[in-house]
Amino acid sequence: MAVAAITENYVGERLDRVENFHGNQVLYVGWDHHLMFCAPVAFAVPPDAPFSKVLEELIPGAFSLHPEFGEIDWNQVEWHLNAESFTPDTNATLAEQGIDHKSILRFATPGLDGLKGSGS
Amino acid sequence: MSNKKLNMKDKYRLLTRDLEWEFSYRDRKEIFPQEDFEGIKITDWSKWEDPFRLTMDSYWKYQAEKEKKLYAIFDAFSQNNGQQNVTDARYVNAIKLFLTGVSPLEYQAYSGFAHVGRQFGGVGARVACQMQSLDELRHVQTQIHAMSHYNKHFDGFQDFAHMHDRVWYLSVPKSFFDDARSAGPFEFMVAIGFSFEYVLTNLLFVPFMSGAAYNGDMATVTFGFSAQSDEARHMTLGLEIIKFLLEQHEDNVPIVQRWINKWLWRGYRVLTLVAMMMDYMLPNKVMSWQESFEVYFEEAASSLFKDLARYGIEMPPYAADAIAEKEHLSHQAWSIFYNYGHAAAFHTWMPTAQEMDWLSEKYPNTFDKYYRPRFEKWREMEEAGERYYNPTLPMLCQTCQIPMGFTDMENPTMTSYRQSVYDGERYNFCSNGCKDIFDHEPEKYVQSWMPVHQIFQGNCGGPEMEDVLGDYYRINLGVDNLDFKGSPDEARWNGWHNLQSAEDKLKKAS
Repeated sequence: MAVAAITENYVGERLDRVENFHGNQVLYVGWDHHLMFCAPVAFAVPPDAPFSKVLEELIPGAFSLHPEFGEIDWNQVEWHLNAESFTPDTNATLAEQGIDHKSILRFATPGLDGLKGSGS
Repeated sequence: MSNKKLNMKDKYRLLTRDLEWEFSYRDRKEIFPQEDFEGIKITDWSKWEDPFRLTMDSYWKYQAEKEKKLYAIFDAFSQNNGQQNVTDARYVNAIKLFLTGVSPLEYQAYSGFAHVGRQFGGVGARVACQMQSLDELRHVQTQIHAMSHYNKHFDGFQDFAHMHDRVWYLSVPKSFFDDARSAGPFEFMVAIGFSFEYVLTNLLFVPFMSGAAYNGDMATVTFGFSAQSDEARHMTLGLEIIKFLLEQHEDNVPIVQRWINKWLWRGYRVLTLVAMMMDYMLPNKVMSWQESFEVYFEEAASSLFKDLARYGIEMPPYAADAIAEKEHLSHQAWSIFYNYGHAAAFHTWMPTAQEMDWLSEKYPNTFDKYYRPRFEKWREMEEAGERYYNPTLPMLCQTCQIPMGFTDMENPTMTSYRQSVYDGERYNFCSNGCKDIFDHEPEKYVQSWMPVHQIFQGNCGGPEMEDVLGDYYRINLGVDNLDFKGSPDEARWNGWHNLQSAEDKLKKAS
């Protein structure tokens, strides 16, 4: 039983199916141990956008106010896609590398531990 | 015909149990169509013990007396310009949060109890629910009346009902109640009657009402007192429903246990708003969230669940998660609202230096280590004229709809992520509790109206965020939102008191 309902075999409307986003899909991005940004952020982005868009536009737009942002060595960054270790291909599209609707992309920056080492 | 007055006992019987009649030409299932589908088994409704022992005529009489006193105090408060006597204009933001976030829940409770007050096959339960329904309607009315005075002098009160239905953080309490009201009648009673009104109510009302008392808000204190005897009745009903369900049939036990697990977690997540109110929004603090949680949840719940053990009911597994979070919750919540202060219908601010010291003292294990550095950074940015506002939209939990600001208690600077894949689509959560609730009834929660996703879908106006906030949410931009510093509220307050700024007043007062 997928829900206790008065109607048999009740099926709920999927409010967030990808078709409702006008050609976009939702992508969540979080910077591990940098909680000056209170929560991971959400973007609406086309699945055929190249990963470089995430790297060059979305991430700086969301996180560049942090004093450590300029110190990130992007070659050392550790990525996770939906909790699995991940190596992005900058030139490939999101869809081509398995970044699908409502995926979580996390990046960790070892050595940069947040404001005064607090994880903020 | 005899004119003899009825004695209390007869009157009570005639005006409650005697309202029932036998259904001679219709099937009971037609009359009470929602009684079976949740799997609850009722063998004998006559075993229901009426919790209120109150007839309708005495109910009206008591309530009318309370009402007279209450409105006399509201009048005195307003004629005295009571709004000028609160500790500080920042305080008023706590009651903006109450009016937009909590008062509409009273209305939802009215509607919910009226509904289940039709659905139960037992007349005792029906009468009790109808009476609670009237109480809830009274509460929303007295709260609106109490706060209408503040609406004349402060911003952010004017569109509370509209905002409740639309604004992103108000979807947290709204979806909580929508979830309960769209459940079956027995689940509603465990959700609201028991989990919320019995177990969690003191964590909600005591902080708000004591906060009001400590901060010179006589209007709010008075409606709190006036609701107190009603709340005592509601707690009795909450406990009765649990005992009745558990005593009726052993098959009810696992269903009730699952509902208690679910609804204590759902309710606790809503109380995140109370945690930040206590620690950050009251100029005169009552006690910390942690202290309040220890008294009203840890101590009270452990004795309650000891009592329920004889029925085979256990403390919900998520209680341990809530306890683990008690030293973090309010700081994480205030961080969320400070980040998105441009999108809130009340003001936010950084605590003063003294207030930060109070937080360090109350939270010796966490505040200085994890939270002070970010707050000092934000203060520094503000002093440089660049008050920090998060420029993006946050990721939300599919179940509680709170921005994903909670962390893993084993690793408190790591966001807590949970994910399920259902019917080919990903769903994301803030906690085990929220994920388990979804996994058990995914067809319900695939329908969650997630504010951030709705904005992306173009259902909340646009194209710019200003259009969403101003036209769709009806926040008066630059007036209701943004930092307290520099707000029209602050300017008016300073005008009344010939002050430079509220912060200077606090410094002088200490």
